[in-house]
Amino acid sequence: MTDTITSPVVPASAGRRVRFPTSMLGLVPFAAYVLLFLGLPTVIALVTGFLDGDGAFTLSNLAALGNPVVLNTFGNSLWLSALTAVIGALLGAVFCYALIGANPTGALRSVVDAASGVLAQFGGVMLAFAFVATIGIQGMITVFLRDSLGIDIFANGVWLYDTPGLILPYIYFQVPLMIITFSPALESLKPQWAEANAMLGGSTLSYWRHVGVPVLLPSFFGCLLLLFANAFSSFATAAALTSQGSEIVPLQIRGALTSETVLGQENLAGSLALGMIVVMIVVMSIYSVLMRRAARWQR
Amino acid sequence: MEDHLFTKRIAIVGVAAAAALALGLTGCSASATATDDGSGTDAATATNLDAFGGLSGLEDAAKAEGALNVIALPRDWANYGAVLDAFAEKYPEITINEATPDASSAEEIQAAENLAGQDTAPDVFDVGAAVALANTDQFAPYQVATWADIPDALKEQSGLWVGDYGGYMAIGYDPDAVPEPTSLDDLLGADFKGKVAINGDPTQAGAAFAAVGMAAVQNGGSVDDFQAGIDFFSDLNKAGNFVKIDPTPATIASGETPVVFDWDYLNVGYGNDLDGQRNWKVTILPGDGYAGYYNQAVNKDAPHPAAARLWQEFLYSDDAQNLWLAGGARPVRADAMADAGTIDEKLFAALPEVDGDTVVPDADQSAAAATLLGEKWAAAVQ
Repeated sequence: MTDTITSPVVPASAGRRVRFPTSMLGLVPFAAYVLLFLGLPTVIALVTGFLDGDGAFTLSNLAALGNPVVLNTFGNSLWLSALTAVIGALLGAVFCYALIGANPTGALRSVVDAASGVLAQFGGVMLAFAFVATIGIQGMITVFLRDSLGIDIFANGVWLYDTPGLILPYIYFQVPLMIITFSPALESLKPQWAEANAMLGGSTLSYWRHVGVPVLLPSFFGCLLLLFANAFSSFATAAALTSQGSEIVPLQIRGALTSETVLGQENLAGSLALGMIVVMIVVMSIYSVLMRRAARWQR
Repeated sequence: MEDHLFTKRIAIVGVAAAAALALGLTGCSASATATDDGSGTDAATATNLDAFGGLSGLEDAAKAEGALNVIALPRDWANYGAVLDAFAEKYPEITINEATPDASSAEEIQAAENLAGQDTAPDVFDVGAAVALANTDQFAPYQVATWADIPDALKEQSGLWVGDYGGYMAIGYDPDAVPEPTSLDDLLGADFKGKVAINGDPTQAGAAFAAVGMAAVQNGGSVDDFQAGIDFFSDLNKAGNFVKIDPTPATIASGETPVVFDWDYLNVGYGNDLDGQRNWKVTILPGDGYAGYYNQAVNKDAPHPAAARLWQEFLYSDDAQNLWLAGGARPVRADAMADAGTIDEKLFAALPEVDGDTVVPDADQSAAAATLLGEKWAAAVQ
């Protein structure tokens, strides 16, 4: 048996070896880059999650994932990401729909596309500062509302620097990201389909019910998942805005690495990263399945 | 762990003369271990000045190295800016390389491990008590010339780490925004709504950890049990008075953090930074005071071992100790300097008074408190 299997395989692999340099050579720099800056750190993060302080194998870091504080943080990360993804996706989709009538190459579309591209990346310290300056304790809008209209938005405590305070800044970059990723799907709705619907006596409602929504749904959920992943992996905005309680997982990873009071939990960061990677793998797998479905209508 | 080094209640001021004498003797015997090969000195193993034949020998060796790598020394922290400048002025031949001023104590040790064997590794550390006790294998023992002046409880016997400057947990406040707080209970009142901040997350930052410790001591708890402190901040949060911002001179200037729990020297520093922009007063609540010291240590893998040791000698000199005082911190040699008349009397007299006992948690108490905070803090302030 072994002989019959190996004999055809050898020439085939030899053939691949000959072809490889010509067709794949261009990919080498990128592959090396991905391996060095994405693959290697991921592997290191995962491995440290299984080591104790002396470098011996242990499962105790993994067991720490069941700690109520850690579970609560994962819970915070999940609901914050889900909520801002849903709000961002709905608002973004509505915005895209409103833009349907605009000329795809016109000025309005160019401005919206450019602005979305910029705003989707407007995160981190800049975004946190923008919110502190506008609706912080001494922010312009806060002071105006308090002094001119007698409305104290922080009457029940200063929520901006807490988990709820992350919702607004996150939505701020989720909506433009939705516009960027979802508008190509709307453009894939061919005018001929609407015409065919009209010729057959269909109404606008039946067009959306039988054509528009079914075609767009996979894209919509795909974009929703992308937004979820985007929020789930965000770090800098939250780090700049909140300094208490390590409310989301990336902040807890930082805490495990840099704490000067609770020592010796550096390897817990590896387990936390593992937890995040599992969530991301699930999300991105479903995303790729949905995108494959959506692509059927975009050819 | 060297838990015997910290007693539960130590007097910050007051040196046990007998202990100092005994330590002076160990200092002499330690010098025998330093190698001296005639052509020069192996600075990396030198445990005191004798190995260099005195200060000028050390100065020559450090100047030959030409550089000193420091890390995590914020220029607005306890007057570090002036200390660095004074060293640079005294030894222009030695270039000071300042890395990541805002790093935490834990990150200093990580940097030393990651950069071990490279020219850019930190030569010296400035670390909180918990990090110092947990990382003694990263330090080289060194006893400065003024070793005998340093209280026994604030140094490791062989010189692996030595307390340098410290202070009391204090409350800084803006007198134009809030009344003067005279007790923890005051802070729970309506005058302080959305106004009270602590310097960082207690599960991460030493100063915030101390704020909870101070609240524990003054809220019916003790350094053995931080729960009372956690309860206080939980109440503060429920009252809507706790604001979760890392206070900086900028947040104080903008009015976002009108009340700040922090070390007295940092609070004094904020006031100096904001002189002319905003009024800033510092008070230590009546009752037991909660004190803490930061510690100096030499990296055992220091790329510039002589410069590292010269930096230590400089930090424990009268000049640098008075610079801590100018920054509102309590220099570790304050008592001996007061006896010798070398202390800046005016600055020394201006330090805030503490009327009760002074508490400092020992290593076990710190570890227990850290575990408790890890479990309870996040939920308590949510």
